[in-house]
Amino acid sequence: MATLSVAPKSKDFSKVSGYLDMFSRRIEATPPGICPIAVQASLLESEGLQTCGKCVPCRDGIPQLLDMMKQVMRCEADESVLDKMRSLAQVVRDTSDCAIGYVAGEIVLQGMDTFEEEYRNHVQKGMCQEGVGQTLPCETMCPAHVNIPAYIALTGEGDYAGAINMIRKDNPYPTACALICEHPCETRCRRTLIDAPVNIRGIKKFAVDSLHADQVPTPKPSVDTGCHIAVIGGGPSGMTCAYYLSLMGHKVTVFEMHKELGGMMRYGIPAYRFPRHRLDEDNKAILSTGNIEVKLETYVGAEEMRRIADEYDAVYVAIGAHAGKSLRLEGIDAKGVMSAVQILGAIGDGDYPDFTGQAVAVIGGGNVAMDCARSAVRAGAREVTVAYRRRLEDMTALPAEVESAMQEGIEMMTLQAPVRIETDEDGHARKLICQPQYIGPVKRGRPAPVAASKPEIEIDADIVLIAVGQDIVSEPFEEFGMKTEWKQFVADEHLRAEGFDNIFVGGDCQTGPKSAIMAIGAGKVAARNIDAYLGYDHKLDCGVEVPAPKPNDRNAYGRVNIAERPARERKNDFEYVEVDMSLEEAIQECGRCLRCDCFGCGTMEGGRVQYV
Amino acid sequence: MSNQEMVNVTIDGIQLQVAADATILSAAQQAGIRIPTLCFLKDINKIGSCRVCSVEVEGEDGLVAACNNLVRGGMVVTTNSQRVQEFRRTVLDLIISQHGLNSTNFCFSCPKNGACELQAVCRECGVESPSFPAPVKNKPLFDSNPFLQFNPNLCIACQRCVGACNNQACNHTLQTGKRGVRTAILAPFGEDWKSTDCESCGCCAAACPTGAITLKRRNDYREWEVKKTLTTCPHCAVGCQYYLVTKGDKIVDVEEFDGSSNKRRLCVKGRSASFDFVQSEDRLTSPLIKNPETGEFEKATWDEALDLVATKFGQIKQQHGGDALAAFACSRSTNEDIYMLQKMARTVFETNNVDNCARV
Repeated sequence: MATLSVAPKSKDFSKVSGYLDMFSRRIEATPPGICPIAVQASLLESEGLQTCGKCVPCRDGIPQLLDMMKQVMRCEADESVLDKMRSLAQVVRDTSDCAIGYVAGEIVLQGMDTFEEEYRNHVQKGMCQEGVGQTLPCETMCPAHVNIPAYIALTGEGDYAGAINMIRKDNPYPTACALICEHPCETRCRRTLIDAPVNIRGIKKFAVDSLHADQVPTPKPSVDTGCHIAVIGGGPSGMTCAYYLSLMGHKVTVFEMHKELGGMMRYGIPAYRFPRHRLDEDNKAILSTGNIEVKLETYVGAEEMRRIADEYDAVYVAIGAHAGKSLRLEGIDAKGVMSAVQILGAIGDGDYPDFTGQAVAVIGGGNVAMDCARSAVRAGAREVTVAYRRRLEDMTALPAEVESAMQEGIEMMTLQAPVRIETDEDGHARKLICQPQYIGPVKRGRPAPVAASKPEIEIDADIVLIAVGQDIVSEPFEEFGMKTEWKQFVADEHLRAEGFDNIFVGGDCQTGPKSAIMAIGAGKVAARNIDAYLGYDHKLDCGVEVPAPKPNDRNAYGRVNIAERPARERKNDFEYVEVDMSLEEAIQECGRCLRCDCFGCGTMEGGRVQYV
Repeated sequence: MSNQEMVNVTIDGIQLQVAADATILSAAQQAGIRIPTLCFLKDINKIGSCRVCSVEVEGEDGLVAACNNLVRGGMVVTTNSQRVQEFRRTVLDLIISQHGLNSTNFCFSCPKNGACELQAVCRECGVESPSFPAPVKNKPLFDSNPFLQFNPNLCIACQRCVGACNNQACNHTLQTGKRGVRTAILAPFGEDWKSTDCESCGCCAAACPTGAITLKRRNDYREWEVKKTLTTCPHCAVGCQYYLVTKGDKIVDVEEFDGSSNKRRLCVKGRSASFDFVQSEDRLTSPLIKNPETGEFEKATWDEALDLVATKFGQIKQQHGGDALAAFACSRSTNEDIYMLQKMARTVFETNNVDNCARV
């Protein structure tokens, strides 16, 4: 008589994993704007349903907690319910036998603190806080609130000019964002519920690859207002602001300290990710609006700023974050040690370094570190190492960037904290010495590295590139009178600089180093608010109709990703790395868009997040 | 029309050509087919929330809302299959289960009883009572506004009022808010009504399909007791078209009409302020002339009154010149009357002193 069975005890559990995948995709596609208490309640409901049914606090406590939480969510509870919830959650947290229970209790307590104001609104005012309510996922997540479903539909119809001008309605850098955007628009894409997020950046790239942006005329500017605005900094934020001000009929003068326009898109992002002639396509289109004068290689100090603030009707300060942060490290002044900003800045002016035969070490784990490392490979380095004190998964660089770097032969030395740079007798860097770490407790949401009791390691390093962040050169503007906190300019949500009427400030210099699209979003906000400050309320027509939606295609597809040229080829040159999407790929990808602008909350009053 | 793109569609077996930008609903109307609707209101609300107008489209997995989906060339639509009818009944069942039927004793005490679109569409589709548990609703009314009231118990969150305030009246006062996962209508008729931007135009009440937002005067009559007479609002010179709603010989309400100048809009004056005086006891019914000896007004004929006025004006003009006179017209007059008054001022009084209070 057989006693053992190879059959699983619960015969359907193996089929559950597919449903858990749907569950996690459902969570990933959580619509922006949803009431935080609704999120807490659905999490608590799942937690309660995972109980094994043994222990009282988890088995009976969580359902009671859930009832109370739902009552609060529906705004049918008073403050006494909150007190009761809190004390019951403490019991669940402190008396549960296993993590299924005690984590649930802890999360309720954490959430009640994190969302204290929302809870208070529910019990006191009988409403969610103002602004709670679902809006279009892609458009909301995009910091410039681009009308994404519209340009996807236009691209799908083959109207690339229409797609480009639809993007320009909110973002005059269609090419830049097609090539280098971090695409936060994709993070909550509703399509995830069916298969995977739409490759929104890929679709935009297909549009601007099919028809270059400088071939698509911009809308005509409004009548001349006679107002003159100064923009300090010709990067994504400054040029965006200049573009919209120009379309509104204002005259703009852009002051740029570098030789060329583009800011960090030229002086921070290497050409293999964003070829210069592609950046020029966007800049050309922006300048074609006609009201923009550009003063290159023009530094603005405190004295100049005083004069500008006096002479112009309004000023937008968007100077970015162009100083490389340094490290307190023995040997940091050695020859061969450079900041990321230095080397990428030189590359931006076409001054490519020659690292032939040399060993290069990069310190840092962000996108800039990857840019440095991949540029070093292309500059002929014998070997390139990235030294990072946390783990690979803790790197702030996009995972795709890290993977591409590794494909190009870059060694990721993780859990290595640099301690000193050793030099030869000429004072030239030769080795980077690191102290191995182990990953320890989570601090402020991130696992922190702790020194491991292992011996120091040596990394060959004739060149050391420091990519540990950028600083804002805010001193001249502080001297002029602008307020800063930790070097970041202080402004209200309308980007008006504190203490001034006519000075606006935004982009990296106000937020700290972030993304191009955030800087672009800020530039547009500043332009509209400057327009309002000057007493106007210009409405800009992009001249493109939004196509009617096709019915949702409910069949699941794979997501079309953008491939890179083979690593062994691409690592030898600074040519563009990505491979074009084919027409059939683009059409399939466009067909996956669920047109949330026409189906679901997008049709409701308040269901959109748009500037115009 | 001639250069408009047309497409061929088949609706319930009827083949027809319609404009490419027509909705399925309007195409069906052109084919003489009625699709029931609830949340839809032409040019005001087409968010497709109630799903009552759902129809089958050949080749599509789910049903499609007819109100906000456009036709496509070759589209084959079925508006009344058994599947459509059953789904329609289910969504209506869901709607009335949340309609707070307890708060009006199953419609008996509802001011819109007999004029309720939800009631009508439920009857049309064969839904008589909710089959789902219907929670008892006893939320207080918002009725501080002198003209309008909001009964949240009856609200079906169709958002027609939101469309009316934002897209029709363009006052952008009535908005939605959230209560967790449910959408709440924030009708500004509570105690703080005076501090809101609400002009009490009542477009929201006109848009509401149920008794949730109503004109308070609706409490005084039932739909079957009244007669409606199409006329022009006398309050100003715009010429809004509306029906006077009369119960017996008394004007009890007005109802907007799709006139060329008002497009179903009315303002607070037209909707609530320009007809109650008809029944006022203080109203003058004949000319009065003050007796100089007693100081009392006495009834006179029109001839006596007009002669007196003409004589006095004539004397003033003779003694002091035309510029001693001025003509000031009430904005409640028609354009034609106002035109005649200024003409009289310029030609008879010989003055250019003319004005009108219509600017307010």
